[in-house]
Amino acid sequence: MRKNYDANSDTGSSKAAVLPSTQDSGHRLTLKRRQSLAGWIYIFPAALLIVVMSFYPMIQALILSFKTGVSNNMKWAGVYNYTRLVQDKVFIQALLNTFIYLLIQVPIMLILALILASILNKPSLKCKGLFRTLIFLPCATSLVSYSIIFRTLFAINGYINTVLIHLGILSTGYNFLGHPNSARIVIIIALIWRWTGYNMVFYLSGLQNIDSSVYEAAKLDGASKSQTFWKITVPLLKPMILLTAIMSTNGTLQLFDESVNITSGGPANASITLSHYIYNLSFKYMPNFGYAAAISYVILVIVAVLAFLQMKVGDTRD
Amino acid sequence: MTNQTRKHKNPKDVSVGNYIFLIIVCIISVFPLFWMFVASTNKSVDVVSGTLIPGTYIAENYKKLIAGTNLWTAMWNSFKYSVTLTFFCLVVCSLAGYGFEVYHNKAKDRLFSVILLAMMVPFAATMIPLYQMCSEMGLLNTTAGFILPTISTPFMIMLFRQNSRSFPHDIIEASRIDGLGELQIFLSMYIPTQKSTFAAAMTITFMNAWNSYLWPKVIMLKNDSITMPMLIAGLKSGYVTDYGVLMLAVLFCTLPTVLIFFVLQKQFAQGITGSVK
Repeated sequence: MRKNYDANSDTGSSKAAVLPSTQDSGHRLTLKRRQSLAGWIYIFPAALLIVVMSFYPMIQALILSFKTGVSNNMKWAGVYNYTRLVQDKVFIQALLNTFIYLLIQVPIMLILALILASILNKPSLKCKGLFRTLIFLPCATSLVSYSIIFRTLFAINGYINTVLIHLGILSTGYNFLGHPNSARIVIIIALIWRWTGYNMVFYLSGLQNIDSSVYEAAKLDGASKSQTFWKITVPLLKPMILLTAIMSTNGTLQLFDESVNITSGGPANASITLSHYIYNLSFKYMPNFGYAAAISYVILVIVAVLAFLQMKVGDTRD
Repeated sequence: MTNQTRKHKNPKDVSVGNYIFLIIVCIISVFPLFWMFVASTNKSVDVVSGTLIPGTYIAENYKKLIAGTNLWTAMWNSFKYSVTLTFFCLVVCSLAGYGFEVYHNKAKDRLFSVILLAMMVPFAATMIPLYQMCSEMGLLNTTAGFILPTISTPFMIMLFRQNSRSFPHDIIEASRIDGLGELQIFLSMYIPTQKSTFAAAMTITFMNAWNSYLWPKVIMLKNDSITMPMLIAGLKSGYVTDYGVLMLAVLFCTLPTVLIFFVLQKQFAQGITGSVK
C-alpha cells in the first residue's frame, strides 16, 4: 500500500519539474531500493528452500561420509568409507553398469532423437503432429509404470519370448532378466524407449530456430544431404546437443526406478545402479548411512566432472 | 505464397523411407502402452499366451485388484501429494523467477547462479540427510514431508525467469505510474500474460510429483500413505504375478499423466523448450 503511495508521489514529482534535482534523485534511489527489496522478498522463500533442502543436506552428507555406525551412535572414521569403496565389488559393478548405460544408451538415444527431429522438421512432411505426439507419448508414462511394462514384456513367459518362440527363433523362453548382459540390454532398450521423444522435442525446437534460408543457400551451393546435416544442422544445434547430453548424463548417473523395477538390480547385482545401491545400503540392509553418503559423493563428483568436460568440449569445437 | 514456392522447390523433401522409418518408430513407441491396455482387459493366462485383442475380463481384474490392494487410498494419496506440491511449487517458483528477472541486479544474478548449482546435486546425495530431517521433525508419512524437498527447484525457477524475459518492462513502469503496488503488478499484470508458462510448469511439476518413486519409497512407511508408483512396484514382487491385475494397476497409474499430457501437450512442449531458448 505504501509503495503505491510512493509510486504516485514519484510520478507527481517528476511531472512537476520544479523540484530540485538532488531531492528527486534521492527519492528515486529509495524507490529503487524499495523495489529491489520487493525482489528479494519474492526470491526469499525459493532460495531458503533450496539452501535448506539441497545445500544443507549436501554438507550433512559430506560430514556423514566421514562417519560410521548406526543413527545415534555414529563415530568419526576418517576416510575409511572411501577406502572401503575400492574393495567393494558391488560398488565397482554399480559404477561399471552406470558407465555402460551412459556410454551405450546416451549416444544411441541422442542420435536417434536427432534423426527423428530432422525428419519431423521437413516442411512437406504430412501428419507431423500425429508423429510427434506418438513419439513423445512414452514420456507421459511414469518411470515405474514403464519399468513394470518392460519387465513383463521381457519376462520368461512374457510377450517377447512368446513372439520369438512363435517365429521359431527360440524353442523355449529365454530368461532375459536372468543373465547379466541381456538384463543390462533390456534396461538400455527401455531407457531409449522412454527418453528418445523427450530429447527429440528439444532438437525440434532448436531446428525451428534455424532459418530455412540457410538450407536453401546450402542447396544452391550444391551441398549434399549428409553435408547439410553434418555441416549445418549439427553445428547450429550444438547448444541443444550439449544441453541434452548434460541432462542425460545427469539422469543416467541417478538411475533408480528402472534398476529397481525392471531387473531388481539382478541377477546378483549384475545390473544394479549407484542410486539403487545407495538405497539398499541405507534402507534395505542394515542401515549404513555413512558408507551410502560416501557413494553419493562419488556420484556428485562424477556429475560435476562430466558436466565440466562436456561444457569444455562444447566450447572448444568452434 | 512462400509456402507454395518452398514446397515447389523441394518436392522430394520427404522420401518413402522417411515415412516407413517414422511409422516403425511410432509403432515401437505405442506398442508397450497398447499391450498394457490389452493385458489389463484379459485373463493372466491369455496375456501369457500372447493375445493382442482387448478382452472382456477387465471387471474381474478390477475386483481382484481392489480386493488385494488399497488402490483408491494410493490414488487419493498420489493425487493429494501431487496437487499440493504443484500449487506450492508454482507459487514459490513463479515469484522467485519473476523476482530474479524483473528486479535483477548483480547480487541477484550471482545468487541465481548459485541456485543453478543445486541442479547438479544428485538426489541420492541429499536423500539420507533429508530423511533424517523429516524423521526428526515428524514429517514421515505426511504430505509436508513429500513436498518439502521439491517445492523449490532450480529448473522451475529458471523456467519462470526465462519466460519473464518476454514480459515487457514498459507494462511494469506503466502500472507503477497507475499506482499499482509491486505485488499487484505480479498478480494482475504478470500472471494473466503467462498462462502458457504456468500451464507448462503445472504439467511438468504434476507429472514429476505423480511419478516420483525414490523419495516416497523412503519416507512413506505406512501402508495407508503409499503412492501409486509404490503400489504397482509392490504388486510386481508378489509370489504369483497376475499379469491382468498388474497391468490394470499400471493403467490406473499411467492414465492421469497421459490424460494431462494430451490436454496440455502443446504447452508442455513449449514449456520444456521455452526455458532453454
